[in-house]
Amino acid sequence: MTSVTSISTLIPGNASAMPTSSARTVMQLTDVSVFYGAYEAVRGTTMPIREHQITAMIGPSGCGKSTVLRSLNRMNDLINGARIQGTITFHDQDLYAPNVDPIQVRRRIGMVFQKPNPFPKSIYENVAYGLRINGIKDNLDGRVEKALRDAALWDEVKGKLNTSGLALSGGQQQRLCIARAIAVQPEVILMDEPCSALDPIATGKIEDLMHELSRTFTIVIVTHNMQQAARVSHYTAFFTAEVDDKQVRHGRLVEFNDTGRIFTNPNDKRTEDYITGRFG
Amino acid sequence: MTTATAPAKRSAATPDLSRAALPLRRRAIDLTARLLMVLAVLAAGVPLLLVIYHVLAKGVGIVDLDFLTADIPVRARVAGPGMGPAVVGTLIITGAAALLSIPLGVLGAVYLNEYGKQSLLARVIRTMADVMTGVPSVVMGLFILVVWVLAVGEQTGFAAALALACLMLPVIIRSSEEMLRLVPDELRQASAALGARRWRTTVSVVLPAAISGITSGAMLAIARAAGETAPIVVVAGTVTWTNWNLFEGNNTTLTAQIFKNAVEPFEAAHGRAWGAALTLMMIVLVFTILARFIAGRFAIKNR
Amino acid sequence: MTQQPNPALAMSSKARSRIADRTFWAICLIAGIAVLAILGLILGSLISQSMPAFREAGLDMFTNTRWVPNDPDADGPAGPIYGLLAFAYGTVVVSIIALIFAVPVSLGIALFLTELAPRRVRGTVVTFIDLLASVPSVVFGLWGVLVVAPALVPVYQWLHGTLGGIPVLGRLFGEAASGRNFMTAGIILALMIVPIITSISREVFDTVPDSDKQAAWALGATRWEMIKGSVLPHSFGGVVGAIMLGLGRAMGETILVALVMGSAVQITPNLFAGGYALPGAIVNLFGESSGTFTAVLMVMGVVLFVMTVLINLLARVIVRRAEVRMKGATA
Repeated sequence: MTSVTSISTLIPGNASAMPTSSARTVMQLTDVSVFYGAYEAVRGTTMPIREHQITAMIGPSGCGKSTVLRSLNRMNDLINGARIQGTITFHDQDLYAPNVDPIQVRRRIGMVFQKPNPFPKSIYENVAYGLRINGIKDNLDGRVEKALRDAALWDEVKGKLNTSGLALSGGQQQRLCIARAIAVQPEVILMDEPCSALDPIATGKIEDLMHELSRTFTIVIVTHNMQQAARVSHYTAFFTAEVDDKQVRHGRLVEFNDTGRIFTNPNDKRTEDYITGRFG
Repeated sequence: MTTATAPAKRSAATPDLSRAALPLRRRAIDLTARLLMVLAVLAAGVPLLLVIYHVLAKGVGIVDLDFLTADIPVRARVAGPGMGPAVVGTLIITGAAALLSIPLGVLGAVYLNEYGKQSLLARVIRTMADVMTGVPSVVMGLFILVVWVLAVGEQTGFAAALALACLMLPVIIRSSEEMLRLVPDELRQASAALGARRWRTTVSVVLPAAISGITSGAMLAIARAAGETAPIVVVAGTVTWTNWNLFEGNNTTLTAQIFKNAVEPFEAAHGRAWGAALTLMMIVLVFTILARFIAGRFAIKNR
Repeated sequence: MTQQPNPALAMSSKARSRIADRTFWAICLIAGIAVLAILGLILGSLISQSMPAFREAGLDMFTNTRWVPNDPDADGPAGPIYGLLAFAYGTVVVSIIALIFAVPVSLGIALFLTELAPRRVRGTVVTFIDLLASVPSVVFGLWGVLVVAPALVPVYQWLHGTLGGIPVLGRLFGEAASGRNFMTAGIILALMIVPIITSISREVFDTVPDSDKQAAWALGATRWEMIKGSVLPHSFGGVVGAIMLGLGRAMGETILVALVMGSAVQITPNLFAGGYALPGAIVNLFGESSGTFTAVLMVMGVVLFVMTVLINLLARVIVRRAEVRMKGATA
């Protein structure tokens, strides 16, 4: 069984996953290393994030893909001793420049987490939270409705906006979290294994939703599910864990390319091994 | 990238990410909240430092060997030492209370963690032990007054020890149970696999494994008990000479003497109260540090 | 040449060890039950000793504001009057003042420790709070009566001068004859209950799931907005429990209040006036009491015991339920 035949089965005939070649670069990582204290978790990552495209980060566990994702909106700042080397730019601005406020960064680069984490508040208040803290008071109802519609959740919850967000099913909770994230109109949405806690049907809904959202937003998704990356993303970054000569493990970006290329004709042997299941 | 941070280059597409772009109101509220938190720490910390300063400043000149050993002047107005009887009283009353409460408390904790676990009785005892820590010490004094002092017909040091033991008991039970819970189950299973009975496992394996933690908790309970005043005043009476006998005659402690001398109108009495306060805080400090030291060793051994 | 094991002997040793097991279990059980026994004995013995008071003074004790225990044949009443209301008033007022000062400070410290302080600072502050908790209350009392009370007199006089004229509210800020009053006692009592409210609130804040905080951060919340949106809504129940534990401690504190609040049996809105609280009355008066008077002091003990036990019980239930709810949410 050659690698090519097995890979082709991974990709459904999905035209929407074709990258738009003219897309602008919204974010650019240049030689980014992430440290926790003295430990270098990820080493030397260089890749672009293109506008209105879905970029997937895949790789075996411990390869640092989530770590890189969290450095994109400075969520790593919240961990004691975490710091980065290299530069990450957003619209050509260095995100880690001294005058940059992480709060402003996170306002524009939203995030959806692995486990659905709605606040223990009503559905309405969950979505309104980000609007309220940002001082947006006009047409709150309309904005909440729009966010819920855009998250493909409105029809399911319109009659019970005042019930707790925690009363929804796992998939609905995750879409609520997406609604909450898009309500504040960020430019980029980071998704950290958003479907790993969901069943296949709920996963399918979120994947469809991601296609819709990519018209308005730029999406970066970390996933351990290669089929998912193949189905939804335009670009794929393959990470792996390497052991250096001092026997320390580091995450490392092996290859970044169009998703189609990565899954049919990867440049690197390690990528091919991973996606054909010979590794990881 | 060098041009990016220049403000002139910013357009709608290059958002201003600086702190200054955050609305003033949000920044102000955030800053105020942080300031208030720091202020709260100072609001508790500054008075604490003042207490320590005053006790030191007013007590250091008074406490010497004579102060620690001489009898208490019968007339409060008389200047000069000492607090000997109160030092002795504090040590023997607290010591007796520890002897009474620690074995009982540890055994109670063994029941809760090794036998009772989540049974109804164990949960009731746990809750009631928590509740008992909240019983005012003066009520405990009244209780011992009724069941012991009225029965014996005399206020004694032992009555005070009983009252302190009652106050220490729930503290020791809860802290010891906490420590027993930290003992890994593998130890118990290993011992049981060798054919040891439950009580043997508990006495020779579980308790030794938790002993430093239990000791540390007991030290803290002793420190707390040494600072109790109300039950002493109610059930121990007062003396001006050293009474080594817990079972006969009144007794006194440093706390009771501080209480008594603080409200006297005489400078000499106030001086002795400050001296007693310094002595008491030293005793409490010794036990607290001892507890920390022992707990610290335990933590290292655990790793 | 091995000796054949004697089956009878083996049996007996096994039986003996089973007896040892049962004995040890029984001893531990008795030790555990001691807690329940003591609590029961406290209630029983105090109630039985307070019966004479109920027989002679009756329920009038709980409604009468007058306290004339040793004055049966002087100017006024025909017999002793044992009204406890003034003492209850003193206890309530001083506890409320203590809470007003202690709650914001404690919550501030707890938030500082869980959400703001770098790790190194956190250790120092925790040690400080432990130190605060280890200072005996009588030392606070001594400090209060000899240092703080005199120092605060000018402050009280100034407050009386500026705020005393306000209608209604001004009555709270009356003349300050001395520094030994409700206010001073409340302030120093606040210091004493800060450690317990702080440590319980801290535990409660610590159980807030990290995912909730991250959600707020990821929406671009400032630190305070994160606390307001994620930490506080989760912690409400637990914080209420922590405050109640502080209240229980405040109501039972004896020596400090007795030293700093003075010994005026009165009900007055003036926070700068002296007062008397239930525990202080027990400690100061039992020496000169006998007969019904002693029984009345026992009634005070029962009232204190029942109130503090109920408050503690309720507080523990609230804290535990809050913790269970939160753990349920994270699981």
